[in-house]
Amino acid sequence: MIEIWSYLSRDPLLWLAATLVAYLIGMAVFQAAGQKPLANPSLVAMVLLAVLLHVTGTPFATYFEGAQFVHFLLGPATVCLALPLYDNLPRVRQSALPLIAALCVGSATGIVAVLAIGDAFGLAPAIMASMAPKSATAAVAIGVSEELGGSPTMTAMMVMLTGLTGAIVATPLLNALGIRDWRARGFSVGVAAHGFGTARAFQVNPTAGAFAGLGMGLNAMLTAILAPLVLRLFVP
Amino acid sequence: MIPAFLTILLCQLTGEIVTRASGLPVPGPVLGMALMLAGLLVSARLQALVRPVTEGILKNLLLLFVPAGVGAAGHIATMGANTVPVLVAVVASTILAIAAGALTFRLVARLTGTPVEGGR
Repeated sequence: MIEIWSYLSRDPLLWLAATLVAYLIGMAVFQAAGQKPLANPSLVAMVLLAVLLHVTGTPFATYFEGAQFVHFLLGPATVCLALPLYDNLPRVRQSALPLIAALCVGSATGIVAVLAIGDAFGLAPAIMASMAPKSATAAVAIGVSEELGGSPTMTAMMVMLTGLTGAIVATPLLNALGIRDWRARGFSVGVAAHGFGTARAFQVNPTAGAFAGLGMGLNAMLTAILAPLVLRLFVP
Repeated sequence: MIPAFLTILLCQLTGEIVTRASGLPVPGPVLGMALMLAGLLVSARLQALVRPVTEGILKNLLLLFVPAGVGAAGHIATMGANTVPVLVAVVASTILAIAAGALTFRLVARLTGTPVEGGR
């Protein structure tokens, strides 16, 4: 028994399978909970796996040897976002001005707010630098944060927390604000909460998903420009 | 399925090469997305080719964030006294950013006479 475990626990197969099983459980929980945003299938899977790793004493590096095959698909999936964008291109052109305005305001608000609150708590400069680009997709956020003196792992965590927050709060928040336009709903979530928010948007509505993907792509670029400028206001 | 997946990978690969060579602040996959969009605009055949695979991947987008999320869950346990300030800052700023973006879209759509969808 111990021999089988010691083989399996080091083989990528086990943790790849565990990731898929955890996600299927997450999907089942999401359905059973009446598709409530808080029962996000991804969040359920993360919690299950984090507990499993802790209980079995498995290092994250071992887990990732299996999970990397899933993680790898994030890049190709980003390329795939071109298709829904293509399908919605006439509507993107039609709403170009509101989109540009929402991009600038949404992006700047996220960066200024996270740094202002962090500053009020007196957080260390390395943490501030790791927080500043958190609304951008992970690759950009980590690149920007490293240049500003932040930590890659801490930035990855901030990006994840941001995505989760966006995925969970978007529906109730936008309902409360009375925003019914799927373009506005999706785009603002993609700008503020990158691909994870985009994944949530696709769960709700295809138009929202397409505009979220656009918001994610555009804010990846804008964050690279804005985050260093805004950080300088808080961390001299 | 293989030609479609290869096309997607080649878009990403080209994107990665161009960002690294040019030093543009754009991630390779995002540039790959722009490249794919350009391809879709000029070729109806490309659209038919990539649609099934693309829709399959996008339907399961949430799954792809699980490994990174497990890593984040492990890291947050090491934040100590900074946990609460970081959580407050990230959660509050994300809520503000979504609200600001969506309200700005609605305001500017009204000001510019952009047709509103979904009522009001």
